[in-house]
Amino acid sequence: MKPFQFYNKIKNFFIEIGELAYFAGRFFKEFFTRPFEFKELLRQCYTMGNRSLILVGVTGFILGLVFSLQTRPTLMKFGAESWMPSMVSISIIRELGPVIFALICAGKISSGIGAELGSMRVTEQIDAMEVSGTNPFKYLVVTRILAATLMLPLLIIFGDAIALFGSALVENLRGDVSFQLYFIKVFKALHFSDIIPATVKSFFFGFAIGLVGCFKGYNCEKGTVGVGEASNSAVVYTSMLLFIIDFIAVFVSDILFEI
Amino acid sequence: MEKTTNISPIIEIKDLKKSFINNHVLNGFSMQLNKGESLVIMGKSGSGKSVMIRCLIGLMQPDSGIVKIMNKNIVNLERNDLDNLRTEIGFLFQGSALYDSMTVRENLEFPLRKKKLSAKEKETLVSDALESVGLPETVNLIPNELSGGMKRRVALARAIILKPKIIIYDEPTTGLDPITSKEITQLMKEIQLKYGTSSLVITHDIDCARVISDRMILLIDGINYKEGTFKELSSSNDKRIQAFFK
Ligand SMILES: Nc1ncnc2c1ncn2[C@@H]1O[C@H](COP(=O)(O)OP(=O)(O)OP(=O)(O)O)[C@@H](O)[C@H]1O
Ligand SMILES: [Mg+2]
Repeated sequence: MKPFQFYNKIKNFFIEIGELAYFAGRFFKEFFTRPFEFKELLRQCYTMGNRSLILVGVTGFILGLVFSLQTRPTLMKFGAESWMPSMVSISIIRELGPVIFALICAGKISSGIGAELGSMRVTEQIDAMEVSGTNPFKYLVVTRILAATLMLPLLIIFGDAIALFGSALVENLRGDVSFQLYFIKVFKALHFSDIIPATVKSFFFGFAIGLVGCFKGYNCEKGTVGVGEASNSAVVYTSMLLFIIDFIAVFVSDILFEI
Repeated sequence: MEKTTNISPIIEIKDLKKSFINNHVLNGFSMQLNKGESLVIMGKSGSGKSVMIRCLIGLMQPDSGIVKIMNKNIVNLERNDLDNLRTEIGFLFQGSALYDSMTVRENLEFPLRKKKLSAKEKETLVSDALESVGLPETVNLIPNELSGGMKRRVALARAIILKPKIIIYDEPTTGLDPITSKEITQLMKEIQLKYGTSSLVITHDIDCARVISDRMILLIDGINYKEGTFKELSSSNDKRIQAFFK
């Protein structure tokens, strides 16, 4: 790669980040102006939740199973099997669950929004909305970002629960631990300082998923090729952003909850 | 019948300029649409017709020039005023632009969202509009279940549902077979008579232009190259004009 090209790439990257920030600013501005598209928000919440539920459920179940199956032998070596419930629950709820389910949702929701808004852009549907006196940013973008922000925490909590159930199943079959005992141990091990940062974090994950998907789709160009690009780069950028947010969140909660 | 100057223009464009980086699309285009009139604008593909109407309706910011609809300069209009003004205008997009995720009914109801209407009033408007385009039975279908010609008609129904004073058609017959094109043209004529709208029609379709136009403008090199009735233009000696009427 020639240095000039490299320079251009870096420049474009920063331009894009600036545009994304501007887009986020516009979201907040339009969010606080009337009228609010409540009906569309509910519809979006329903579709997003509904479409990702099974995916998150299955992934969560397998996550719980695999995680327990693989940790068990190691803990057994030290005679520490009784630590299983607390270890598994803390790792899943604090870190693994939110990140993995958010990544899954990035693939499902973010790319879906990117493709949907992208194709609406290239087939002039967004212009048609504008012309018929409805602000498309409000109707399409604000509702979607908000819906993703609200639904992601719910999906993550749901996924966590299924994952814990999967793990409990392993303990029950392999270690003769009753479900009741397992969950008593889980809730003993968990503190609010585990749950609150994880939940707050998942709101930000949801926001990122909605924001990037909408940004890519709404600004889609170059016809049908652009739609594929929009949906593809929505997933890539979202995933990257999720890890950045995760890093910041861990950093901040470390300072706040000093453990 | 000479057009007198006291007829008030409902749309007025003066010296419109628009370029994209090095691509100078419009270089001072002017036109006016009078009340009740049908004006056809013709131009080659890529000559900037769509750009011109996008500037007209506020989807694109012109570089310079005046764009007035009903005596309001739309370039620096507040969002709310612009939205209100837009309810007076029906717009038929080049590719129909129906909302994929909505049924035909929801598509037609979309422009009515701002109006405070009862469910019954909405229903009447929807069925009236669909009746006008001859597709009353499609109300519960989604756009994917319609043919291209039907989509165009539904889009037309959506454009006229608010009984607009102006309808702008961007290539209403492009991509349709000759028979369907004729039907759409006929429909445009009927709607014009029924609602008394002023129409601005962008088209390549000579037959459509012949039937619809009271007056025509040829858009060449980004300016209003020639203006006149269909007869005047089709019998012109200018080679560049003749090319349109082959
Ligand atoms: N958003 C845009 N960015 C850059 N260039 C554009 C944009 N929109 C249009 N153009 C350019 O403007 C020119 C005119 O395009 P326009 O769509 O107005 O053509 P048209 O006259 O409507 O053609 P057609 O009959 O094929 O619809 C083209 O050269 C096109 O490349
Ligand atoms: Mg065009």
